[in-house]
Amino acid sequence: MYCNKLPDKPDDRKKIWDKVDNMARANSLWVTAYGTGCGAIELRPLHTSRFDMERFGIAMRPTPRQADVLIISGYLAVKTLKRVIRVYEQIQDPKYILALGSCTINGGMYYDSYNTLNILDRYLPVDVYVNGCMPRPEAIIDGFSLLMSKIKAGKADGWKHYVDNLEYYRENQKKVIHNWDLPDYNW
Amino acid sequence: MIPLVISITFSALAALVWGLLLGGISRMVTARIHGRIGPRLTQNFIDVWKLFRKKSSIHHGTMFWLAPMFRIAGAIGVLVLVPLVVGNTVIVNMSFSGDLLLVVYFMFFGCLGMALGAGDSGHPYAVIAVSRGLAQMSSYELSFSAVILVLAAGLRTLSIEEIVMAQQDGILSWNLFRYPFATAAALITLLPMQMAYPFSIVLAPQEIPIGPPTEYSSRFLSFMLSGRAIFGVAKLVLFVNLFFGGASGWVSLLFKTFLLYMFPIFVSTVFPRFRTEQSIRFLWFVPTSLAAIDLLRVMI
Repeated sequence: MYCNKLPDKPDDRKKIWDKVDNMARANSLWVTAYGTGCGAIELRPLHTSRFDMERFGIAMRPTPRQADVLIISGYLAVKTLKRVIRVYEQIQDPKYILALGSCTINGGMYYDSYNTLNILDRYLPVDVYVNGCMPRPEAIIDGFSLLMSKIKAGKADGWKHYVDNLEYYRENQKKVIHNWDLPDYNW
Repeated sequence: MIPLVISITFSALAALVWGLLLGGISRMVTARIHGRIGPRLTQNFIDVWKLFRKKSSIHHGTMFWLAPMFRIAGAIGVLVLVPLVVGNTVIVNMSFSGDLLLVVYFMFFGCLGMALGAGDSGHPYAVIAVSRGLAQMSSYELSFSAVILVLAAGLRTLSIEEIVMAQQDGILSWNLFRYPFATAAALITLLPMQMAYPFSIVLAPQEIPIGPPTEYSSRFLSFMLSGRAIFGVAKLVLFVNLFFGGASGWVSLLFKTFLLYMFPIFVSTVFPRFRTEQSIRFLWFVPTSLAAIDLLRVMI
């Protein structure tokens, strides 16, 4: 089921309840349960009693419709990028991207691979990077707390940036995805 | 008319707050059983608020929009028919003779609306979950109807208010002690009603991602979570009224619903999930047979 209508430009006017909204958003981050690379293995321990991410209000959601955060967990192959774009665009605003591992920053150990993206920021708006190969669960929790403080401060606006600069992102995405058969926007 | 509207609004809001709070407590208790710290008590309020303020740009049809409303309407329908506190005249109660049957219908009504909405979303997982849910619902309705037959045959009434009034002569007059097998059967049917393990085949998180609400997001989901909270409390109040002597005051109501709410939580955390046919077979035989024992006792 596709929708070809482009998203409306986000409303940037300040509202009195923005602070309450941002507090709620920061303390209830629902993550799409979708692992794109090897880093997904480091997300599993976050559920366990040792790290327990639920104490921060972070929960996994099995469907992008109900999620707020998309984690790009490690290297992103071109083939996966296509799926990631669909998943990201199906998440309802406001939405955030947490990128794990060196691969998302500069390609990491796959920097010269023929089918792996090197700089994720060119294709999707990343809110927080967590470096390491792979980052330990503690580092991921640290990344989440950084994302939370950005949301509370109202500065996690990658999703607005994506809508404002959709043409730039589409151009970059189409450069690497040669068999582009997606609609203009999939929500 | 105005007192009625105020009273329904008050009881729905109170049920919403208590339901969300109970949900928070249940998440904390589950976490402690897992050996985790768990979320904060107010986590469900935060989740509902966040979802309510999220944008929603998906549209799948009229029933998709109406389903959360059906859910809330069904929940409030149950709530207004059940006396919250025995002898309370402030909260208007729309009880009448035979309202127990209408309550059973209202319980079905919310779930049916949800099923139609989920079907409208067109997601295959939602449709699988709906077929599972309706199959399971018709199984536990059989057992629950058997329990209602016991109460109706024993107390010669189908009015919830009269059933509560018949239990006011001390603890031993509670239906829990009068009809212990029927109460056990009803408690078993409470598990699938609350979608607790081992009867969680409808939501089945690791299996059919999340079942009916797969396509629901933002405000829809917020309304659905609120509806679920109100519905949960309405069912607990109904059970307190039917088997545990009703509530003599607000504290007693909160205490009894809290204890009753803990039952599915503790069962949930230690049991794995039934398969669909196992669940239906269990619900057909075990609680129905338990209720039949009391029915025979009453009839003979």
